[in-house]
Amino acid sequence: MATTVGHMETATGHTQATAAHPKAEGQQHPIAIYLWIWALLFVFSTFSYLIDYFHLHGLLRWSLIITFMLLKAGFIVAIFMHMAWERLALKFAILVPPLVLLILILLMAIEGDYTFLTRLTAFLR
Amino acid sequence: MSESNVTPAEEPAAAPSGLTGVVSDWSGDKEAFHVPWGKAMMWIFLLSDTFIFTCFLTSYMNVRISTTVPWPNPSEVFALNIGGQHIPLILIAIMTMVLITSSGTMAMAVNYGYRRHRAYTAALMLITAGFGATFVGMQAFEWTKLITEGVRPWANPWGAPQFGSCFFMITGFHGLHVSAGVIYLSVVARRVWRGFYDQKGSYETVEITGLYWHFVDLVWVFIFAFFYLW
Repeated sequence: MATTVGHMETATGHTQATAAHPKAEGQQHPIAIYLWIWALLFVFSTFSYLIDYFHLHGLLRWSLIITFMLLKAGFIVAIFMHMAWERLALKFAILVPPLVLLILILLMAIEGDYTFLTRLTAFLR
Repeated sequence: MSESNVTPAEEPAAAPSGLTGVVSDWSGDKEAFHVPWGKAMMWIFLLSDTFIFTCFLTSYMNVRISTTVPWPNPSEVFALNIGGQHIPLILIAIMTMVLITSSGTMAMAVNYGYRRHRAYTAALMLITAGFGATFVGMQAFEWTKLITEGVRPWANPWGAPQFGSCFFMITGFHGLHVSAGVIYLSVVARRVWRGFYDQKGSYETVEITGLYWHFVDLVWVFIFAFFYLW
């Protein structure tokens, strides 16, 4: 009797697991959302180009370039690559590891500055 | 309690050892990601590719910070004369638009795939591949122009010699990804056209192909910002 109950639990658990898998259906969303994102990507790219065209400089140039870049990247990953609709486990597994790259970038920026200063002092000597 | 409709469960088998054990342990009903396995694998591949491209862009940043020679101005290097007008960075702007357009058509292809619209899916994928091929063609034009102007991986007429090595390495690797994507798209589009995924009962391969293609566009977003706009 006990084993039968166990079997039934397994069977129920399995049904739930299958229901949680929308494998056959996949990622189906209204076409309008893609068209909107598509248009937005064009707008952001045009703005990025205009930053260069109008010779913006300094902090303004940089903050705008980075902002448009992150917006474009975010929309591509979230909507076009469907990450917004994936489960949190997959989001974490894919989006968290690249964050360690920020440390690499920081270290290499410091290293580059150091090399630059070393070269300057070597040339000035 | 009659269990006539309860299916008999399988006997719990003894855990196998050796290589079979490895396979059974890693696949033994312990699915972490509730997506088709191909999609999970594609994401993990793209994650590793992210690291590769970040290494390229980071090394580029490092040499650009550390050089004492002025860096060539990309706005001027990639300018074109169109109809007697000197337009800065125009080629790169067009290439960006081509790639974004191709990303849009790819998203449409995935959508029509899940609607089981075979002809639209195949056609949209081929259009995507066509835009990809256009992009590679424009890149070939850009390389030819720069090489005839004297840009080499070790030297160029305008400034820091590292410009050439960074340029050829980063855009070359990205161009290879686009070329591979064009082939990948063509193969899958052919299968869509022949009804392979209707027989299989799932169009998830189209979405997985789309993931790769959108990633190629994604990488270009970063190259555009850091290499061309800096």
